Amino acid sequence: MLPSTDQQKWIYQNMLVSRFFEQRIMALYMEGKQPVFDLAAGPLPGEMHLSYGQEAAVALCAAVEEKDWLHAGHRPHTLAIGQGVDLDEMAAELLGKKSGLSGGRGGHMHIYDNRVNFAASSIIGEQMPAAVGFAMACRARGDNSIAISVIGDGAANQGAFHEALNFAAVQKLPYICVIEDNNWAVTTSKEQSTAVKRNSDRASAYGIPGAYVEGNDPDKIYEASMVAFEHARSGKGPYLLEIETIRMMGHFHPDPAPYISDEERAGWVDCVPHYAERLVEQGVLTAQEAEEMSATAEAKANSAIDAAVSADYPQPEEALEQVFAQA
Amino acid sequence: MAGSSRRLTIGRALREAVQYEMTNNESVFMMGQDIFSFGGVFGVAEGLGEKFGPQRIVDTPISETGVIGAAAGAAMAGMRPIVEMAYVDFIGVCFNAIANYAAKTHYMSGGQFKVPMVLLASTGGGYSNAAQHSQTLHGTLAHMPGMKVVCPSNAYDAKGMMHTALRGDDFVVYLANIQTIGMMMLGKPLPGTIVDVPKEAYEVPFGKAAVLREGTDVTLVGTASAVHDSLKAAEELEKEHGISAEVIDLRSFVPLDRETIFNSVQKTGHLVVSDEDYHSYGVTGEIVASVAEMDPTVFKKPPQRVAFPDVPSPFSRPMEQFCLPSAARIKQAVLDIT
Repeated sequence: MLPSTDQQKWIYQNMLVSRFFEQRIMALYMEGKQPVFDLAAGPLPGEMHLSYGQEAAVALCAAVEEKDWLHAGHRPHTLAIGQGVDLDEMAAELLGKKSGLSGGRGGHMHIYDNRVNFAASSIIGEQMPAAVGFAMACRARGDNSIAISVIGDGAANQGAFHEALNFAAVQKLPYICVIEDNNWAVTTSKEQSTAVKRNSDRASAYGIPGAYVEGNDPDKIYEASMVAFEHARSGKGPYLLEIETIRMMGHFHPDPAPYISDEERAGWVDCVPHYAERLVEQGVLTAQEAEEMSATAEAKANSAIDAAVSADYPQPEEALEQVFAQA
Repeated sequence: MAGSSRRLTIGRALREAVQYEMTNNESVFMMGQDIFSFGGVFGVAEGLGEKFGPQRIVDTPISETGVIGAAAGAAMAGMRPIVEMAYVDFIGVCFNAIANYAAKTHYMSGGQFKVPMVLLASTGGGYSNAAQHSQTLHGTLAHMPGMKVVCPSNAYDAKGMMHTALRGDDFVVYLANIQTIGMMMLGKPLPGTIVDVPKEAYEVPFGKAAVLREGTDVTLVGTASAVHDSLKAAEELEKEHGISAEVIDLRSFVPLDRETIFNSVQKTGHLVVSDEDYHSYGVTGEIVASVAEMDPTVFKKPPQRVAFPDVPSPFSRPMEQFCLPSAARIKQAVLDIT
């Protein structure tokens, strides 16, 4: 079932917010780091893994319900936005400010918002077993909620992939493993590292269904997500859903990705303007409405980033707090 | 010999040693992520893919348990693998392969199977890479029997210790602090890390700490980045307070040169140990305990430890900087006891 026009608008709006957010982040990130590049410097230090080009994934969030759980990895921004993570607090967290989601303790690679059942952390693959655990809690609650982990194609070669899927399958847990297949793990292509052509084919190893969605297409992603999620909600067990996407800005910023061939790049279609074109063509939006949505999204992203820039840092000694829930 | 040495970063020095050993010993090969064309995060494999081909510079999937387990097996079967693991934090993924398999096989087999492999990893933080990418873990690794654990603080030691590692018959965990290596992404490396490095091959033995600066009033023992913090503190203590500090670079955790440290503390009566790893249950405690159990009366004042507090590395800059050892913290620790 394809998304309704309302859902399409929701998807497009969130894709826009994500894109404008990433653009601000890109610029802010480079401040202070030049001429001699230094990860430690500037208002946005550390590593940065942009979702630029992968915004279509927000469409799976349109199929997610409030009671569902989502665990992302080191490239979390678009998924966080789709899941409804507080954008102001996420921006503040990226800048290490006290008003951030984790009070500045986590940063870009460790985004958490327990109000919307969202987690993201940075060791490749660790989100899979964790999401299987979320699914155990979902099952215990008996409310047809599901748990989703989102990984990249590289993570499918982690032992945790095998263990998470097998365990979830044996237990028939409401667990969805979503793979964002952008074909690259840092500088290593899928072909160089993976013995099969499509990781979704590995589903058969666990006796579960697997599906591959081509084209970085939000409508198709939504449709496939609904099928996968319904499978899990109805107690049939886990599902492996792979979505083709494009990592347009390298592994980390500012990776120029010289290892990606011109030929591969020539095939890239930017999902954000492409979806806009489709929605206007289909009459879901007028060109003017699309413009207005764009302006709204840009304002939202700017507001979050600007507020984060002027927000306060935590006190240094606050580093010692929050190790335990009980001292 | 004039002209036979030049100044190198730790990363370049490591590459030189690896290239030499690979050229002169066919059984040496390297595995890691993004090493064949990218050269790896250290740049240790830069250009080596072209020279040695994909069977000796092996790009791996993101499969640490599989790859490190394979390295151990290859070593048992007569090869000499180097596995590059970009961040020491990732030992969490494959700790069994490291600590239960590679480290224990020589012992469990009664010496039948040697495991001549090198696990190369970067340590440390200080650039907002947060809790899962900023750890040091000297203590965690040194604590487990069966692996030699070393960490150079400068390029001369780096090259010599890599030769020693690749020529030895034991499993070596070879660490280098990320601020000391000379990676392009972190601005310039700490200045003291770039030193003259001979062009020819040479060995720096394990199990020998290096006295980098002689002094009489206090012993400063440091590891990796904390060596450079200690040297800076020593300079300031001399200039500002007339305190003469002896600085020792531990550089080898296993085997550990307890004697050199003890002799120094016996001379100075005061000890400050600095290490970027977590405070409790680690290297700083081991050094203090080692001196105390040899003779606690050498301490004229209580020994001091300057380490990362027992908290995960915070992302936010002011919080992270609060946690890191520094020349200022070391200096204060000295002033507290002199």
